[in-house]
Parts: sequence; structure tokens; C-alpha cells
Amino acid sequence: MARAVGVLFLSIMTQAPPLIPRPEGLYCPDGDFYIDPVRPVARALITHAHADHARAGHGAVLATRQTLDLMALRYGADFTQARQVAEGPVQMGGVRASFHPAGHVLGSAQISLQTSAGRVLVTGDYTRSPNAACAPWEPVACDILVTEATFALPVFHHPAPEGEIAKLLASVAAFPERAHLVGAYALGKAQRVIMLLRAAGYDAPIYLHGALQKLCDYHLAQGVALGDLRPATVERGRKGDFAGAIVLAPPSAFAATWAQRFPDPVICFASGWMMVRARARQRGVELPLVISDHVDWPQLTRTITELNPRETWITHGREDALLRWCALNQRAARPLRLVGYGDEPE
Amino acid sequence: MISAFADLLERLAFTPRRSLKLAHLAGYFASTPDPDRGYALAALTGDLALRAVTPSLLRGVVAERVDAELFALSYDFVGDLAETIALIWPEGGTARDVALSDLVAELAQSPKAELPARIAARLDGLGPSGRYAYLKLATGGLRVGVSARLARQAVADYGGLDLGAIEEVWHGLEPPYAGLFAWAEGGAKPVSAARAPFRPVMLSTPTDAGALAALSPTDFVAEWKWDGIRVQAVCEGGTRRLYSRTGDDISRAFPDLLAALEFDGVLDGELLVRRGAEVAPFGDLQTRLGRKQVGAKLLASHPAALRAYDLLIWQGQDWRGAPFAARRAELERVVAAMGQERIDLSPLLPCQDWAALDALRAAPPDPVIEGVMIKHRASPYLAGRVKGHWFKWKRAPMVVDAVLLYAQRGHGKRSGYYSDFTFGLWHEGALVPVGKAYFGFTDAELKALDRFVRDNTVERFGPVRAVRPEKVVEVAFEGLNRSARHKSGVAMRFPRISRIRDDKPAAEADHLAALLALLGDGG
Repeated sequence: MARAVGVLFLSIMTQAPPLIPRPEGLYCPDGDFYIDPVRPVARALITHAHADHARAGHGAVLATRQTLDLMALRYGADFTQARQVAEGPVQMGGVRASFHPAGHVLGSAQISLQTSAGRVLVTGDYTRSPNAACAPWEPVACDILVTEATFALPVFHHPAPEGEIAKLLASVAAFPERAHLVGAYALGKAQRVIMLLRAAGYDAPIYLHGALQKLCDYHLAQGVALGDLRPATVERGRKGDFAGAIVLAPPSAFAATWAQRFPDPVICFASGWMMVRARARQRGVELPLVISDHVDWPQLTRTITELNPRETWITHGREDALLRWCALNQRAARPLRLVGYGDEPE
Repeated sequence: MISAFADLLERLAFTPRRSLKLAHLAGYFASTPDPDRGYALAALTGDLALRAVTPSLLRGVVAERVDAELFALSYDFVGDLAETIALIWPEGGTARDVALSDLVAELAQSPKAELPARIAARLDGLGPSGRYAYLKLATGGLRVGVSARLARQAVADYGGLDLGAIEEVWHGLEPPYAGLFAWAEGGAKPVSAARAPFRPVMLSTPTDAGALAALSPTDFVAEWKWDGIRVQAVCEGGTRRLYSRTGDDISRAFPDLLAALEFDGVLDGELLVRRGAEVAPFGDLQTRLGRKQVGAKLLASHPAALRAYDLLIWQGQDWRGAPFAARRAELERVVAAMGQERIDLSPLLPCQDWAALDALRAAPPDPVIEGVMIKHRASPYLAGRVKGHWFKWKRAPMVVDAVLLYAQRGHGKRSGYYSDFTFGLWHEGALVPVGKAYFGFTDAELKALDRFVRDNTVERFGPVRAVRPEKVVEVAFEGLNRSARHKSGVAMRFPRISRIRDDKPAAEADHLAALLALLGDGG
């Protein structure tokens, strides 16, 4: 541990750091911009459109076309004063930035920065598991890896999502008289679950909570074949008959009166946290589905090993365990302890 | 196979509904051969007597494979030792599926020094859910929300048997229960090999003044319903046992009473803590329950006693077919003759007319009385809850007016509603939580409470909402125990919301002192 800190100290002393954690977010002095700032800033580079990474009110935003589209869908067209689509490398001051797929949600990107201190890769949120709802993660060579650590504990070995979907379909078959309410975050997880269901041969209509409609429509327009989707609406005052149906909703909807229209639902929740029983039980989940859009522990440690950066910086999540792993593997690492990023976006 | 058992545990853990748990269990028994299903049953009922695999042994096993700091961080997050090890174990899933019986035999027979290596090898062979099931099997305490009784009920459901009949023989059976499953599948009822076996207990049905009006008081006798634990005390051929009314052997926790069973027969009665003539509150009895060893100090401060209700067998003669009046006369004779300080009679009450009995019921002379029992003079001692013979007429419940503090969503049909409520009473100017209730209200009242919670949420903690402390509810409950685990120092028994007091402002809700006064133990 002492040696790792020493290496870091040396690198900071000999050269100005290419990125600095500030209250607004991760700041790049050479390019004068922030990455995924949590407060309004003059210039922002956005990795993906989840609300804790992509906020409204910046002066200018550089992001992938899909991320910009999704931000406009969520916040309105005037979410920023100026916008620029990241197509090919963009020069900003002394820094050259390029965007590479992260596999997390539609439009998600890792941001690679060519700086005087070397190549810096900011992963944003990412997964290396196949995700039919977006472009797959790509390895990008780097000297400094700036990674998320949402699931950075060695207990997180996320199982293959196909097995989790099989569990859901088995439950639908076992309880044909009950609706299956699947809690899934509106951007990314919902579409991933739908694509997994379709890949498993489930071609019945899938019903949607109103909060998912716009985002699913956008995915359809972008060529993500989500199949037959219908609104989970009922006439006022009546109980719905969703027997045997799969209904997707943001998890927060379970707490709303919206859920009262289903006579006797099976509550399911698609999330990487569902690996831990206490988490699933605490949320009143009857069928936990371990489906994650983040790297799990084996993927995360494999990424560090394969990219073999000179230093690993950790933005948010469970950095203690990852720092320990880096120390055990004689790798220089430091926590940035950025605040404002949730475990998972709501 | 361990994989089928792991699947079962997985399902049970996330199934809140009793009927579904029973269906999962019955399905498992139907699809799993002997002896595996018997070992699974024993694991669920707590009858799998394996040498304890201790937490420290498991920590040692995992320390060989995983960095201690990474393990500590993970354990801190997961919160359950077996689950943490099951998830963090680096290799796994390479071996073929293995029979539960092989795992049980290995755990039972391995020399202690070899146990860590054997456990590590098994963990190497299993996947995460298999490892979890294996570790729960090894350490005991499955914590999947299935009581021993529910597991036996599932066997009864599976075989179309009567639960009482299973409980009658249960104590004489041993894992892996091949005879029991053969019986469930149409074979002969197993003969209990146990000495001093359990006999099925006779139970009563609830009644009230309206129902009693149709009955003639002269046909019945009445006695107090004591607030202890209904037990069966057996001494036959020198073997002594104390059984709960579901047939669980609780002898070990009550050596003092066991020593007083100087007779040859089977008595039915109430287990109490009694100091001289004074019966202690239920909470005192609770401190004696579930102990494997009872210290001399506790034996002296919390002496156990039996208050006899009935006599089933005496000196080899079976009295169960005789009318209650005859059994009672014999009971009075033998209790007087044995001269044991710890065994006394439950006195009979005058029962000339129901109104007089009602008056007694309403104002019992002892706080450790729950109401009255009414027994037909001619009734034989019958297994189970047979209507028309024995009735219980409970004292009116205790009530307090409390303020709603927190609400949590329910399950299944109630999953869209806030139906689990925490309520509090005033103490030194603040509201102190005193209990939780999730029934007692009508569907219409549930909707009103749900609406109130949604409109008055002030804070959220995961699935729990804190509400503005404005809604007063009447909480009815059957009794009160002292409890070190509750902030208020007391725990209610069977609390339910009996009325919504929209007529009462929160400031006029009851104070904690009023609740404590109901304890009836003077302090």
C-alpha cells in the first residue's frame, strides 16, 4: 500500500495531473472542461444519459448523438446552450478527446483523452457483458484508467442474464393467473430486459409503465427491436387484468398507487444488487433478477489487468475493495471519491 | 441432490405467502427421493443433529482462499457469513451434483481436524447457490421463514395426512424419515419407537356470549385460561418428557419441572413460572424458553411449574375415552396424592349461568389469566380442534390509542398498499415506537390508511415511509411482555389495529406510562 501511494505522489509531483476532482465533478485543466459534472458548468463532456451523470444547465455539452438525444428527451431541447456531437476526435486546448462504446446503455461512451500526461480513459459506467440494447464495450489503451467501482466487491460475480430471464419465464408459466411486475430503470435496464426476453423467444406483448414509453420509443427509432410494447393502462377505477403478463415499470412505481391496479402481482426487480438476499428482501422482491449494466468484480479486475494502465483512478462506488486489490497486485491506484453518483440511477 | 435443495431454499426465501411455501415444500417432497428429502426436512425442522460447524471454522476456511481485508469488506456489505462465503468463493461449479445424504454423512463423520479441508473441497465443487445451501445445512439455522411446524404441515399436505397424526409420531422418528414418507405415500403409519411419546393435544374453539346463549351452563364446567405455555407432561417407564402442544420436546429447558414428574402417566396442563402462589407474567417464562442449559441462578429466580388441566393416561390406563368429569375427578385425586410443590390443579369456576361467568372473565383475579375455558362435562379427550366440546372465551383485549409513525408496503395482494404500520406512544414529550401491526383493519380502512401514508410522508428509508405523526389508531393486543430488544422496553402480543380514531388528535393519544401500567408486574 505504501509503495502504491509513493508512486502516485511521484507522478503528481513531477507533472500536473490531467484530471482533478472538484465539487462540480472531474475537471480537465488542459482542456478546461468537466466530465459528467453534477453542477452546471461552462463545458461538459457526458459519458451517458443517466440522470446522475447527465444534468441539465451546462453552457456546452459534448456527447454521443444518442446521449444528446436522450438528454433532450428527458430535460427538453434547451437542456444546454450549445451542443456538439462526438464524432471522431475533438481537440480542446491541449487535449484531444474521443468517445468509445461502453456497453452500459444506449449512447454510453468511455471518453479517451490524449494529454501531455499520457492517455487517460474515463470509463463512465460500463459493462463487458453483451447488451443487445446498445453497442458493446471496446477496450481502449490508456496510461491512466479512471474507472467506476459500483460493484467492486469480490462477492459480485453476476450470473449470465439469460439464466435470470429463464427464471422470470418459468415463474410466468408457474403463475399464469398473476401479473409479473418487473422493476427496471427506465433508461437502459428496461430495454435490456425486453431484448433478453425477445432473445429467449418471448414474443407476447410486453406492457409498460408510462415512464418507460418515451425512452422505449426512442430505442425503437434507433433500430433496437423491442417488439410489441403496450401501455399498462386501465380504465379509471377498474382493476386491470394483466394475468400472465409481464409488466415493466421503474422500481419507484411499486410504491405508487399505480401498482394497486394489479390484483396479485409477483414483484420482480432486475438489478445487480439482487445478488444479495437482504437487499432483495428489504425491497419486498419476490423474484430477484440479477441483471446488471455494470462491470462485476471479475470483469473489473480483468479490465485493469488487460489494459494494464500505469495508474488506476476510481471515481465512485466501492473503492476500498478495489484499492486493496490494486495494492495486492502491485498496481498504483487512488480514489477520487467523487460525490453525487448513485448506486444506480432511479 | 444439493442443487434441488438449493432451489428450494431460494424459492422459500423469497416467497412471503404461507400457502406458496407449503406448495414449494410439497413439490420438493414429491420430486425428491429418499433419503435426500428426509435430510432436507430435518434441516428445516432443526432435527439434523450435525456437529456444529462454527463461524470461526468457516472464517478459517475462507481465509485460506481470500484476502482477509477483501473478505471483511464483503462481509460488511452482505451481512450474512454463509452468504458472503457462498458469493466470494473464487472457484466452483466444477463437480457433479452431490446427494444431500453424502454431504450430511461427510459432515457428521469427518474427524474434526479434516473438516476444514473437506468443506473447502465441497465449496470448490459447488456453484454459488449450492454453496449457500451447503453452508446453511452445515451451520444449521436456515432462516428461510419456515417453522418446524410448517415443514411438517407440508408433509401432511403432500400425503393427505392429518398434521396432528404426524405430530403424534414425530418425536419417535429420526432423519431421514423414510417411514414417514412411506406413510405419506400410502404405506403404513410408522410405529413410534420413542418411549414416553407425545399424544395429540385437545384444542378449543373461540366463543362469545351470543354463541353460548344456545348452550346450557349445567352441561359445562369452566376454568381459567392461564397465560403460559400449554404442555404435555409425560413420565412412562422412567422416561420423562415435556412437550409443547405441537409435539416439540422442550424438556431440556425445564429440568426443575422434569424432576418433579414423579409419576407414571400423561398430564395436560399449563407451563408457568410460579413463585410460591404467585404466577409470574409470560415474559418470565419466555426467559426460560429455548435454552440448552439453564443455570442454577435462573432455576432459582424463575422456577417452572405445571398447572394441571387434564389427565390422559395414568399408570398404564388410557383415560382419553372417559368423560371430562371422570378424568377431572381422577386428576384431582392424583395431584393431591403426589404432593409435588411444582404441580398444582387449575381450579374450577362456578358456572351456573353465562352472565356470572362473563363477569369473572371480565375481571380475572390474576393478571396472568387470558380468559376462561368452558369444557363439556361429557367430552372425551379428542385430538385436535373438535367443535362443540371445549371453548375458549378470552378476556377483552387490552387497547391503547397510538400514533402512526412509519408504514411499509405489504406483499402479494397488498403489494401496492402501505399495510404494515409502526405506531408510537408519548413519552417525555416525544413519540416512542411501541409496536407494529399489519391486520385488524377492513379493506376500506386499509385504503384510507394507505391514502393517509401517501399524503403525509415526511421521509423515506428504502421501502419504509415516515409519516406526519397525526393519525391516531386504537391498537388491541392480547398481552404485554417486557423486552430488552424494544426501545420502549415492552413487546405486545398479537397487536392489531382495531379502530381508526379520526376523532382524536395526536396530542391526546396514550402515554407510554399507560401501557407500562398494563404490565401488571408492578415494575
